[in-house]
Amino acid sequence: MTIRTIAELLNAKVLCLEDKIDFDVKSAFGSDMMSDVLAFVKEQSVLITGLANPQVIRTAEMMDMSCVVFVRGKQPTPEMISLAEENGIVLLASNERMYPACGKLYQNGLSGGSIATV
Amino acid sequence: MNEPINFHFKVDGSNFISAGEASVNVKKLLRQVGIAPDIIKRVSIAMYEGEINMVIHANGGTADVNVYPDKIQIILEDVGPGIPDIDQAMQEGFSTAQDNVRSLGFGAGMGLPNMKKYTDMMKIESEVGKGTKVTMEVNIP
Ligand SMILES: Nc1ncnc2c1ncn2[C@@H]1O[C@H](COP(=O)(O)OP(=O)(O)OP(=O)(O)O)[C@@H](O)[C@H]1O
Ligand SMILES: [Mg+2]
Repeated sequence: MTIRTIAELLNAKVLCLEDKIDFDVKSAFGSDMMSDVLAFVKEQSVLITGLANPQVIRTAEMMDMSCVVFVRGKQPTPEMISLAEENGIVLLASNERMYPACGKLYQNGLSGGSIATV
Repeated sequence: MNEPINFHFKVDGSNFISAGEASVNVKKLLRQVGIAPDIIKRVSIAMYEGEINMVIHANGGTADVNVYPDKIQIILEDVGPGIPDIDQAMQEGFSTAQDNVRSLGFGAGMGLPNMKKYTDMMKIESEVGKGTKVTMEVNIP
């Protein structure tokens, strides 16, 4: 699935790096807890979250993720947007709640991927 | 020749906004030195967890990353409250974090076990009332 398709399915606004939205992504992880993102993400490249603070962007960067989707209408600050831009992470913002957002993406073929075991 | 390349950072404990900055910088620096991506990922995840711990549990500290030809060493030192029972702290799910920390997305008690998982060596030295020193190493094959 492309990031463009994610944006369309979730009626999301692209907040930065619009030129990267035709990038293909295979799996995603949804959580408001960055602790869990750090502990469970393996190769998932999309993070779906209802938390908006700079650690969301830094956590995505640590896990080599390429896209963060903010749900429930959460808006990142301009500082967060430029941090994401610097690190090559596309940001999307949607008014969907977490469950329907994940459901729509899953139903359309974006999988959950596998769990990290090092 | 055997002198490691050292990256040193002060980790500000007074402001959560900047927590994790040092680890993001280390990731960039390690790329510039030409370290393999899988090694960089392991080092940066482990350091990030440790850096966040210093901010949320210990009011900040210092971080040193030493790049040797055969390994990368991360040393995180703080003068925070210390860890009374290290075995208990190492258990998945054990956390003393309060609701304010959880609302920032941390405090699931997953950090220390994750640091151990992503590194080849991890040592915690801690004294209650004095501080904590975490040393981690990731081998370069
Ligand atoms: N540098 C430190 N100084 C003092 N106490 C610490 C330090 N690092 C960890 N601890 C203690 O060890 C516990 C477990 O740490 P761990 O990183 O595993 O979980 P956490 O930080 O509480 O949550 P998470 O890492 O999942 O966000 C902490 O809750 C805290 O009590
Ligand atoms: Mg932690």
